[in-house]
Amino acid sequence: MGDLRRAMALVRKDLLTERRSKAAFNAMAFFAAMVLFIFSFALGPDAPSMSAGPGQTLLQYLWPGLLWVAIFFTGILSLSRSFQIEIESGGLEALRLYPGDKKAVFAGKLVANMIVLGAMELILVPVSAVLYNIDLWTKLPALMGVVLLGTLGFAAVGTFYAALTSNLRARDVMLPVLLFPIIVPVVVAAVKATTLVVRGDPMGELWTWLRILGLIDIVLLTVCTLTFEFAIED
Amino acid sequence: MGTVVLFVVVAAIVIFVLVYGMRLPGMSENTMKRAAMITGALGLLLLAVGLYLGLVWAPTAEIMGDSYRIMYVHFPSWVGTAAGYLTAFVASVLYIRTRKYGYDYVALAGAEIGLLFNVTGLITGALWGRPTWGVYWTWDPRLTTTAIMAITFAGYLVLRAFLEDPEARARVSSLVAIIGFVNVPIVYFSVRWWRTLHQVQSSPDTIDPPMVLALRVMMIAFVLIFLFMLTQRFMLARLRGEEELEAVRLEVAGD
Repeated sequence: MGDLRRAMALVRKDLLTERRSKAAFNAMAFFAAMVLFIFSFALGPDAPSMSAGPGQTLLQYLWPGLLWVAIFFTGILSLSRSFQIEIESGGLEALRLYPGDKKAVFAGKLVANMIVLGAMELILVPVSAVLYNIDLWTKLPALMGVVLLGTLGFAAVGTFYAALTSNLRARDVMLPVLLFPIIVPVVVAAVKATTLVVRGDPMGELWTWLRILGLIDIVLLTVCTLTFEFAIED
Repeated sequence: MGTVVLFVVVAAIVIFVLVYGMRLPGMSENTMKRAAMITGALGLLLLAVGLYLGLVWAPTAEIMGDSYRIMYVHFPSWVGTAAGYLTAFVASVLYIRTRKYGYDYVALAGAEIGLLFNVTGLITGALWGRPTWGVYWTWDPRLTTTAIMAITFAGYLVLRAFLEDPEARARVSSLVAIIGFVNVPIVYFSVRWWRTLHQVQSSPDTIDPPMVLALRVMMIAFVLIFLFMLTQRFMLARLRGEEELEAVRLEVAGD
């Protein structure tokens, strides 16, 4: 019970810091907008005759993959900040001195990161759908489930590695280098599930992919939770 | 054959990690050097025999022609890769539990030698894939998984280079090795459900006996060479590590 309260306190503190500075959110918003524009310049808004499906532009065809690339690239900005701010203010020392289980610190940081990432996705998903002309309003509930599960796996490993690399001088290089190979399974499952949601699911595979994604999340979450206390040791 | 080789490899690794990581500070330098030399010489000898058997003595394959002969290097490389990463994983877990630097040196040696064999396997595989499949690379589960493994452990080595404090380096890199290793099967299965192409492994029943013999000799040669390299790398890491700890101690004493 005490651990739950400690985790909630950490979430409140992180969200309050973020609400006052808006540093992570502003950086992410601009970066996400840039990524979306770069995609559309690189892949073109016109309908190519051969590669995409009938009546689809390349951007529409590739949207599930592009969306997740944008989420991961943008999300890493906020993840790397989440322990950097603790280091800068000496807050990590205090977190280490907290009584109780260090899993509470991980849970708190993870939930706070997920809320910030979720806020970014709440803007990124509809804006990209509008820009690339995707019809997803009827599929929104299923899409939200997929995005939530994908973000959970990403944030779990991301929070863990952010803690691990927070002391490094080269943390901005090392975080993506270490994080991206680990989230390959999340990428595969999340993009597959998103494609099934958006493009229809004639074979009824969506449920299977959602379960795969959930399973990956559980494994990654378990490993990260169990080893987190060693990650913030000093 | 696959299971026997795997058993031998796993046993060799566990013995290596336990003996070298724990006891080596007590074991004399000369004994270890001599053991490494004997292993290395035996490995080289078997490598020469195996290469002769595989490249000259074994018959040409029915369909693939002579290009199949790259398997005498390709398969044993994966045994070396598996052995190296498994060593790194086991040693990392032991480091986190016991905090003995010996295990950190073993983990570094395992990761580095594993990466070496991993890259060898990827390159020989690509060279074989071009004449057989028509492409150097495909996004098959095994190819993808091994490539991700290489990136993961390359990241592990880069990370070590950025960490100067011996304690933090050992602790942080152990965690990276543990998570990276646990991730390997997850990558494999997720990509497998995504798409698949790689041919199933041949069993000894479906290939010619001379080929099996040549392959076995090569496997044993690679395992011996792996152990030799692992020992050498371990001794080097220990030498550097002790020097580093000594420097830290002197600095503290000098204050």
